[in-house]
Amino acid sequence: MKGKNLGEFEEIVLLAIASLLDDAYSVSITDRIADVTGRKTKLGMVHAVLNRLEEKGYIASELGDPTRERGGRRKRFFQISKSGKVALLQAKAQRDKFWETIPSIVFRDLQ
Amino acid sequence: MTRFISWYCHPKYAEDLLGDLEEYYRRNLEVGRNRADFIYFLDAVKFMRPYLVRKVKLNNRMTNLNLVANYLKTAVRSIRRNQLFSGINLVGLGISMTVCLLMIAYVAELLSYDDFHSKRDRIYRVTNYYHNLTGDSFNGLFASTSLLVGKKLQEEVTGLEEVVIIRRNFSDDIRKGDNAVNITGYYTENQFWDIFSFELIQGNPETSLSHPESLVLSQSAAKKLFGDKNPIGEIVEGRDNNYTVTGVMRDVPYNSHMQFEALVPFHKLESEKQVEGDANFISWRSMWTNYVYFLLPEGGQIESIESSLAQLASVENAKTDRFAIDLGIENINEIVPGASRSNEIGPNFEWIIVYLLSGLTFIVMLSACFNYTNLSIARSLRRSKEVGVRKVVGANRGQITFQFLTEAVVIASCSLMVAWLLYFFVKGHFMAVFPMGAMHLDASWSTLVASVVFAIVMGLLAGIVPSLLLSRIPPIAILRDVSSRKIFRGVSLRRVLIVFQLCLSVAFVIATATTYRQHDYAINFDLGFRTEDIVNVSLQGNDPEVLKSALEQVPEISNISTSSMVMSTGSAWSETFTYKDPLDSASLWVNHVDRAFTTLHDFNFLAGGTFLRDLGEGDSSKYIIIDALTLNRFNMGTPEEAIGQKLTLSERGVKRRYEITGVIDEFQYSRIDWDTEPAVFLQGEVDQFRFLNLSVETQDPLGLMVKIEKMYRSIDDLHPLQAEFYDERINNAYQDFSKSFQIFSFLSVLAISIAMMGFLGIAVFTMETRMKEISVRKILGATEKQLVLLLSKGFLKMIVIAVSIATPLTYLLFSQVILEGISHRAPLGADILSSGGLVILFSALPIVIWQTLRTARTNPAETLRND
Repeated sequence: MKGKNLGEFEEIVLLAIASLLDDAYSVSITDRIADVTGRKTKLGMVHAVLNRLEEKGYIASELGDPTRERGGRRKRFFQISKSGKVALLQAKAQRDKFWETIPSIVFRDLQ
Repeated sequence: MTRFISWYCHPKYAEDLLGDLEEYYRRNLEVGRNRADFIYFLDAVKFMRPYLVRKVKLNNRMTNLNLVANYLKTAVRSIRRNQLFSGINLVGLGISMTVCLLMIAYVAELLSYDDFHSKRDRIYRVTNYYHNLTGDSFNGLFASTSLLVGKKLQEEVTGLEEVVIIRRNFSDDIRKGDNAVNITGYYTENQFWDIFSFELIQGNPETSLSHPESLVLSQSAAKKLFGDKNPIGEIVEGRDNNYTVTGVMRDVPYNSHMQFEALVPFHKLESEKQVEGDANFISWRSMWTNYVYFLLPEGGQIESIESSLAQLASVENAKTDRFAIDLGIENINEIVPGASRSNEIGPNFEWIIVYLLSGLTFIVMLSACFNYTNLSIARSLRRSKEVGVRKVVGANRGQITFQFLTEAVVIASCSLMVAWLLYFFVKGHFMAVFPMGAMHLDASWSTLVASVVFAIVMGLLAGIVPSLLLSRIPPIAILRDVSSRKIFRGVSLRRVLIVFQLCLSVAFVIATATTYRQHDYAINFDLGFRTEDIVNVSLQGNDPEVLKSALEQVPEISNISTSSMVMSTGSAWSETFTYKDPLDSASLWVNHVDRAFTTLHDFNFLAGGTFLRDLGEGDSSKYIIIDALTLNRFNMGTPEEAIGQKLTLSERGVKRRYEITGVIDEFQYSRIDWDTEPAVFLQGEVDQFRFLNLSVETQDPLGLMVKIEKMYRSIDDLHPLQAEFYDERINNAYQDFSKSFQIFSFLSVLAISIAMMGFLGIAVFTMETRMKEISVRKILGATEKQLVLLLSKGFLKMIVIAVSIATPLTYLLFSQVILEGISHRAPLGADILSSGGLVILFSALPIVIWQTLRTARTNPAETLRND
């Protein structure tokens, strides 16, 4: 997580935001992560990561309209920023590079 | 929980977070309400992470400080504007603060005891705990110990820097030329100067008490004897021997737990006792008048001394099965104030007194703080607009709170000045009233500082509730509609506070009445013998026969008897007697008297009469007069049958037999705190007599006293005459009742005035807020009488509630706790119990009537015109 590199969970959160398009707010993000990865995801963790990502400038947020299910409170919607997209792509590129160097023979016993 | 989050959470994140939690909560509701609640709670706590938590605003504090000047200005203005309220607060807080100042000074004085000893951390005293293993007699902690302990510590125990033995009760009449004074002090040793920081001005500390004839005098005693001459080396005459003055020391400070005018060598007394062959002198049990102090070396281990003492005690205790003595140690700083001990070497102040006084002070103070709280809440209506404007302009809640607290502290500080003024007025009275003996109450810097801190605390305490209430007001509600008075919910709280104050007043009034009645009861108690027109003269070592023949020349004195003590005034003397069965022994109260005693005091004889004849020279006494209770104790049958029987007194192994010559009705030998118990009169020998009892007839008691004094002077020119009427002596004996009566009346006046001031404030406020209502009622045709009744109903209700709470509680407190140990009690009648309620009612009624009438009489047009 040091420097410009994304942490593993940060990356997942970013991916979730990207995939949710305009509907990305804390609860939906948490749900999406739980769906895709199948691991137990805590709201508190997501919150902390969202906050950190916003500080790093990878995501931006704006408040929506008040909703009933939140007791009249507004949702905070997140959108991935340009530097966020760059960081994601960078991470993907790094991984791809690794994949290219791995001969398929390594995974032979699993296939 | 929501409020909890909003409190800690940074406002930027709060809404988001709360929304999330809410959503989750709803989701969890499907599982179950409790579970959802629980998860919500857990999450709320878990979200307390650094990045979410609200930053403490440092710059806010700075602005607050800048605003202090403004707050002070506002405070002064609002104090000036509301003179009645401010006045009530100022006087109320001022009075109660005076009491607190007295207490602070007193407690500070107690705590300063023995602080002048430079080695005080290392000075210890040996204490004794005496267990009587044979039965009923006294067990307890003693400040004194046996000489044996001192000797063993000096000779056998290592690890001590110095050990000194002090024995009290040195007293002699010292003469130098024409000057004569009676001097009291201690027998002690040279180490005394090494351990304690008493200052020897002249003389050598190494040798001042080495010579058997040496005498160290205090500066003032030396001045009385020698004037301005140098006393060192001078020889003075004592009663039986001469002394050489070897030292002069600075007078003992008042805050020393030892008080003495002179020191004489202990080894002289010791060698005298050895010559007499008094084995009892150094025995393990003879622990009543000796004190052992020791100085621990720097870095020394107190535990090793404790174990040596425990070992010493177990060795000595093994030698007897009649009693056991545990040895203990206490630091010199633990002596005053300290635990409850018998045979204290000097004045004794117990912690319990400190606690008791602090408790009472705290209650009085609380009561005054309540006044402030009450009145400020009452006034908050008027100031709500100010708060609204301040808030709109941008003040936050903390600032408003701070502002009102400042105001409270300002008032408290002004009260402190009032209190210091009052302090110097009442100090003298206070010292006279208090039963605790010597008090100085000098205002020192430390008490001054303590009082300032105290005033600030008091201000904060009094101001906290109103300032929180005021700062909570939402500005819009105020500014939009001033009449929306529902914002203030402090009404019931205020009533509770007022009722509390009234309760206190009721309790103090009842306490005053009770102690007064008890005192009255005590001095008018029928003791079973005559005490009117009897003067008791203390012999002070003079020959009773010589003094008697001198006093017989005074014509007003019709009869004279002698006795060893004055009964029913606190002192007591007992001996163990047996009747026919030598195993059935009983402890009886004893007075040694002469033949004339029973006749002079009009004792009622059931059978027989006084001693058959006077004691001749060399006779040993052998007659006894017993009372009806003794008769029953030994089952002697009828009074007539008892005459001529013999009682045996065993004293230190010697048995003496006394023949009963008379049986009297039962009478009260001791103070009325104790039961009426069996008592006897023994025919006393000359050296047992301490008092002459004069039966007098006079219209002019003062003139008589002058005559007695003249006669006394002709016999004894050294001691001032000690004589007083029996009734007066009884009166003095029950001083503790009269003192507590005085204290309680002081407290009741205080409590009542504070409560009434609060009451007045609330009355004024209520009337003002109901003015409009009253005006409308008046226009609709209500008469003045109806209005007064209507208005006073609420106040009367409070009084009734207070009385019905406080009266039974006080009754229980007195009957079950305070008067518990007193055998003969004045009945707590309805008149006493109702006194509390009546006093409160009569103090409160004028206020209520005055205020209600004032309101009821206002012209309704004037009130309503302005709206």
